[in-house]
Amino acid sequence: MSTDVTAAASTVQLTNTTRWYGNVVAVNDITMTLGPGVTGLLGPNGAGKSTLLHMISGFLEPSRGTVTIGGTAPWRNPGIFRTVGLVPERDSVYAFLTAREFVVASAKLHRLPDPKAAAERALEMVELIDAADRTIDTYSKGMRQRAKVAAALVHDPQVLLLDEPFNGMDPRQRLHMMDLLRGLGRAGRVILFSSHILEEVERLADTVQVVVAGRLAASGDYRTIRRLMTNRPHVFVVRTTNDRALAQALIGSPAVQGVTLTGAGLEVHAGDHGTFTRQLARASRDAGVGLREVIPADESLESVFAYLVGA
Amino acid sequence: MFNPTIARITLRALLGRKRAFLLALPAAVLLILTIALKAAHGASPTWPGEMLGRVGFSALLPLTALIVGTSVLGSEIDDSSILHLLATPVPRESVIATKAFIATVVTVLFAAVPEFVAGIIAAGSVGKLAVGLGLGAVVASTVYSAVFVLISTVSKHPVTYALAYVAIWEDLVTNLVTGAKYLSAEQYALGVANSIAKNDALDAHLTATTALILAVIASGAALAFAANRLRSFRLTGDA
Repeated sequence: MSTDVTAAASTVQLTNTTRWYGNVVAVNDITMTLGPGVTGLLGPNGAGKSTLLHMISGFLEPSRGTVTIGGTAPWRNPGIFRTVGLVPERDSVYAFLTAREFVVASAKLHRLPDPKAAAERALEMVELIDAADRTIDTYSKGMRQRAKVAAALVHDPQVLLLDEPFNGMDPRQRLHMMDLLRGLGRAGRVILFSSHILEEVERLADTVQVVVAGRLAASGDYRTIRRLMTNRPHVFVVRTTNDRALAQALIGSPAVQGVTLTGAGLEVHAGDHGTFTRQLARASRDAGVGLREVIPADESLESVFAYLVGA
Repeated sequence: MFNPTIARITLRALLGRKRAFLLALPAAVLLILTIALKAAHGASPTWPGEMLGRVGFSALLPLTALIVGTSVLGSEIDDSSILHLLATPVPRESVIATKAFIATVVTVLFAAVPEFVAGIIAAGSVGKLAVGLGLGAVVASTVYSAVFVLISTVSKHPVTYALAYVAIWEDLVTNLVTGAKYLSAEQYALGVANSIAKNDALDAHLTATTALILAVIASGAALAFAANRLRSFRLTGDA
């Protein structure tokens, strides 16, 4: 019963949220509900992820639509930070403070009953105890990131928002941060982090919200989205000794949806990645055509996103 | 209202990094000038008022207050480190009040105290001149700090706007347009200074009471507006 109540009190709800700057629409009519667990906000750079996070944390008002946390709008409402912790993307911290001073200051600003103990607990969570008495300007980017996370966690918030938290972290720090966030998610906290790296989101998030060009392109369980991504048509550019002959052979294959003859070679639209790549070698051998080059034309993340927008 | 945690961080940011030297520079110039004039003119009745009124109140004071007032908040807004204060439930009035208080204290230290000391040097004793100049400077420090903190919340380029305000409004308009004296930190300071020092060379247009009341209203209004602006602090930039 009590967990239900706290869960409801920390639900992040966006309803038709839109934000524009002049003529540019940064976030376009996004509706989503974030509950307990880890949610990944995935999208290419400039997709509107930060704008979304800024609106959720009350540092930007929606141009249209609403944002609420536990039913309360965060804009012009510092009180929400009693339940919310924010790890901003910008690396600017009070670099002349030690991490301990920085996190204790954060605890005092939250008026915690025992700021020192709260700070120790937070520093321990991010594994920064050993370096806690060094000033932050001596830190690596990953350590600064952890100091920021400790400051955001010091009041044990129900909702934790992180903007590109893994930037600048080495693989070990990344794993540790993932474990930490996963643990918090399991403990019933609402964790939302943004990332432009598919792999990070895949490894950490229970739910994924894919944002492309300001719109919510896909949403849900990461496996569903992964399937959407792998089942999409793949485009390959194939250069051979005899493009026309191979085109003829390929068009008969069920794995191929279309073939175009271009100056740079054959552009092949394949429905299924695996089947096509297996069949290509056989088809070219049977047709007596030599393969010079096979280039997947759309393997970049951007093209995956572009496909999802179209889907 | 006053938040000791914010005060401590603000003071460390302000007085760390060699900035204290920069702040002490205008004060040092004022004191050297005073000593030089004292040596040249002795106890002439006019130069202390003109020199400490004009150079002190319209150059040293606004300049020092400008450096301090735009640093306490403006530089943190500029590099977004203010987020670490704002991502907490601290009331925004409290952030503004604390920042303005620290700015005032530091400006008093680096501008009002030197004014007072220069007054002692000029008059040769701790008399009405020194006390008047010192208290006038405290009034100006308070008003300027409030205004510069406000400018920091309004503009991304607080130093430019603060300089324009001092050069155009305080140094030009208030000398040309009579009504403008009611909205001038320098005139408030001169009004208070003159009522104590009774020195005609202090070019005052206001009585002490009017000056004090207006100073309180101006500072209060500036701070209230600044707190309101800070409540709407926006993070923009990269989408």
